[in-house]
Amino acid sequence: MKIVCLVKEVPDSEAKITVENGKIKETGVKFIVNPYDEYGIEEALKIKEAGGEHQVFILTFGTERAKKVMESAMALGADEGFLVADGSAPDCDSHTTAKVLAAALNKIGFDMIFCGKQAIDDDSSQVGVRVAEMLSLGHASVVNKFELTDGKVKVERQIQGGQEVIEMPVPCVITCQKGLNDPRYPSLKNIMAVKKKPRTVFTLDDIGLSADDVGVNGSFVEVTKFEPPLEKAPGRVIEGEPEDTAKELIRSLREEAKVI
Amino acid sequence: MVDFNLNDEHNMLRDAIRDFAENEIAPIAEQLDEKEEFSLELVAKMSDMNLFGLTIPEEYGGSGMDYLAYIIAVEELARVDGSTAATVAAGNSLGLGPVYYFGNEEQKKEWLPKLCSGKVLGSFGLTEANAGSDAGGTLTVAVQDGDDWIINGSKIFITNGSSEITGFAITQAITGKRDDGKKEYTCFLIPHGTPGFTTKTMHGKMMWRSSNTAELYFEDCRVPNSSILGKRGDGFKQMLSTLDKGRLSIAAMGLGGAQGAYELALKYSQERVQFGKKICKFQANAFKLADMATEIEAARWLLYRACWLHDNDLPFQKEAAMSKLYCSEVMSRVVNHAVQIHGGYGLMREYNIERFYRDQKLLEIGEGTSEVQKIVISRYIGC
Repeated sequence: MKIVCLVKEVPDSEAKITVENGKIKETGVKFIVNPYDEYGIEEALKIKEAGGEHQVFILTFGTERAKKVMESAMALGADEGFLVADGSAPDCDSHTTAKVLAAALNKIGFDMIFCGKQAIDDDSSQVGVRVAEMLSLGHASVVNKFELTDGKVKVERQIQGGQEVIEMPVPCVITCQKGLNDPRYPSLKNIMAVKKKPRTVFTLDDIGLSADDVGVNGSFVEVTKFEPPLEKAPGRVIEGEPEDTAKELIRSLREEAKVI
Repeated sequence: MVDFNLNDEHNMLRDAIRDFAENEIAPIAEQLDEKEEFSLELVAKMSDMNLFGLTIPEEYGGSGMDYLAYIIAVEELARVDGSTAATVAAGNSLGLGPVYYFGNEEQKKEWLPKLCSGKVLGSFGLTEANAGSDAGGTLTVAVQDGDDWIINGSKIFITNGSSEITGFAITQAITGKRDDGKKEYTCFLIPHGTPGFTTKTMHGKMMWRSSNTAELYFEDCRVPNSSILGKRGDGFKQMLSTLDKGRLSIAAMGLGGAQGAYELALKYSQERVQFGKKICKFQANAFKLADMATEIEAARWLLYRACWLHDNDLPFQKEAAMSKLYCSEVMSRVVNHAVQIHGGYGLMREYNIERFYRDQKLLEIGEGTSEVQKIVISRYIGC
């Protein structure tokens, strides 16, 4: 089975993000494998280790820089890595990103697809499901339990008040939630093995797309501006006798904060 | 052109070990220290990451990385916990190293795969009660008896010497007199369980409390000729060479420990408010932190260059001694300032800096005191 894990390059959750002229400043920011994608990789590696003829592939879409993140993902123990490298990646919306990934998946082939339930940077939570729809595959999102037996997938996902159990045939797309498994750390042997494994960089042309299909041209959604969160205003201490301060507090809550 | 960039493997390894240390070691380090507990569970987890046998070729079960990679690994462990870093540094430099560099093919085939898997640890017995800086004071003797040797004596302060998974001790003993009248030293690889060989775990340490330290006793311990590591009479050379490389890993512990202590102090000073200001804003503290950051940077590149010399088959011994001396003394200064910045809280177990302060002291003493490093360096520069 060819198990493909979709991976996104995201800023480290501990990175200090600054915004300049409506754009996120990327200098000095460290980029990592999207943590939710690691649950998908772990699940794929577990299938492989349980026996049988399986290969685990990493597929990512990003700029040339994302090659490092693809390699970090491979260091967890994957067999092959693929990067669709294009400068337009940061300008692609979820639809276009899914379009690129679906085209790359058709090119490399797949029997099973895993990805994180969302990326920790834009939190759109759409790409996995969109990929499945574009490839006409079954999908289950925010999955916290996974089983594969005789070509059939049985997954569980937490819903209001309980667990939902879904069964479907492979190939399908699973988006992974925390709790699905305990992702491993890369071993030093696997780190050393990365550069000995096949790593392919596709251009848009290689997967049958053109510049018109991607970036601002190919997207429905355009991000016009980023703004840093507003600095929290300093608190105000109301001083005086209890009778007066209580009155002033009620007045401020009603007239200034407008919360009562 | 000088290139100070580390390669992709070094960066990935640093990220992986930092992640591991922060998530798996940091939450339990204080508790292990308090209980003087050597954690087999942690050793098993580190084995899964191949932290034993980093520099050993793949054919023997190692990861085939260079020495710089190993040093970065120890640095990252020490940034979080000295005891854990000690277990790994001793496992590699003192357990695996001598077998790989001096063992015969049979010894390598028997022990290296087990050691690289982390299922077995090896120890290196050199120091004795009356032979510390003066290795010439060694009293342990081996007397030949037919095809066997009979060993009598004892060793002290032996890291990884008595853990449940320790498989052997490499032990230096006097085997006679050389032609020039000096004592002849030979190293023996003595498996645990050999009759006449016992170990005792040492307790009550101020530092590295969750690492395993032992005394080794040999009473008419009979071992075959085949247990000689390498050749008879090579013991002294083997010991010097092992210590040369070992200095790099002790230096890495100083560097990593200093980095960890500095980060704790910086964070605390950015949060603690006195006189209406964060205390990092007071020049008295800011200058301390600036000094720490500068000295750590200098220590790092001194050590990395020593590793670079080693990895390029260039003489590295002088630079290794300099790195060991400098990195451990930098950590000494850094932990001192870092506790001062923490004030009263820095004296409490609840704060990690207290452990760093204690753990540091070993580095100026173990594997050659700072004074011995200065003897080594002074000889290299022609004094």
